[in-house]
Amino acid sequence: MSGELLWILISAMLVNNFTLHLFLGLCPFMGVSARIATALRMGAANIFVLVITSITVSFLNAFVLADAPYLRLISFIVVIASLVQIVEMVIKKASPVLFRELGIYLPLITTNCAILGLAIFQTNRGYGFLQGLAFAIGAGLGLTLALVLMASIRERAELADVPALARRMGLVLIVAGSLSLAFMGFAGLLSS
Amino acid sequence: MTVHESSEEIVRHAPGAPVDGLPGRVRTPAQDLLRGVWRENPVLVQLLGLCPALAVTNTVANSLAMGLATFFVLVGSSFLVSIFKRLIPSEVRIAAFILIIATFVTIADLLLAAIVPDIHKALGAFIALIVVNCMILGRQEAFASKRPVGRAVLDAVGTGAGFMVAMLMMGSIRELLGNGSLLGVTLFGPSYEPWIIMILPPGGFLTLGFILLAFGWWRGRRAETVPGVRRWPHGVASTRAA
Repeated sequence: MSGELLWILISAMLVNNFTLHLFLGLCPFMGVSARIATALRMGAANIFVLVITSITVSFLNAFVLADAPYLRLISFIVVIASLVQIVEMVIKKASPVLFRELGIYLPLITTNCAILGLAIFQTNRGYGFLQGLAFAIGAGLGLTLALVLMASIRERAELADVPALARRMGLVLIVAGSLSLAFMGFAGLLSS
Repeated sequence: MTVHESSEEIVRHAPGAPVDGLPGRVRTPAQDLLRGVWRENPVLVQLLGLCPALAVTNTVANSLAMGLATFFVLVGSSFLVSIFKRLIPSEVRIAAFILIIATFVTIADLLLAAIVPDIHKALGAFIALIVVNCMILGRQEAFASKRPVGRAVLDAVGTGAGFMVAMLMMGSIRELLGNGSLLGVTLFGPSYEPWIIMILPPGGFLTLGFILLAFGWWRGRRAETVPGVRRWPHGVASTRAA
């Protein structure tokens, strides 16, 4: 059992990395990957919301949606949106320091496709509570890893002599392509 | 011009808002329709809706299905949002927009599953993910919720067509290079060695990256030779000056 959970975690983090393999959560990946510090914070906020979403989705799937699968999408998006709002309020009250650290990134996460993607993948694959949790943590770690890698490369690239044409998005996309290529190497983990 | 994470960002840069130097310019219905197709293309110029544009463009058939589904959702939601714009309280408008969008996505999902089950399977979770396509929410917030029904639908048709153009462009390049075929019809002889990487995930990033580079280069050249042409929004001129 624990072996399976570890496998789900590593698979979500490296082999099927949300950002570089499944193209989920591209907005923060392109938008807040200019500095390593902000990238780390965004990653932390993402892990947090992913885990909470996964727990909620497990409950929804078990108790509410078994009889009404056509309501899945609508209930997921409503629950995620309100959940993020509640989490924001609780953190603001309980720990103002953490709230300041996460800043605007928390509300932005609602419209991040990684969160809804996690909910849908978890349902499609029939993951239970613990499996879903492992999946969420792995996906969150993978997102953070991709963000931090991207931010490190962009910080270095600022000092490099990049052709004027390729500055900004062109460069980011081609770097992302190379990173994605590198991550494909992890697919070897699947067969071993 | 960077990727937007918040709805406020989308609104500020969206085509419905006054574009730089032209505040409050009156637009004709034809401009509403054509603007989104090319000059302010959602994917290629505004870099919205990147997830589907990169994820499911590995074949032309998949791109076409995704483009049609998104077109349907966008036009349907713009129509409905525009009709109900006076009934939706502004405090909960984003939630209301998302609910309307999610309803149309559910319809599109079930329709695709019934009509083309193979493609529905290939697109997988990405049909459901149309809900969080920021291009669609952006059009509701910036345009449909403030304009009459006809204009809202015209704008949605234009933007949806622009999305389709980008999807087909990506899809044809990737399928042609990665598989040597178009719409499943093999074009090159058996001696063609397919460029497999183009239909794998890295190919999505690389294709869009090179398309943006090529457009930036083309725009830069036109800006030098044709007077009055603005440079590519995310090109060099605008960012260096700012």
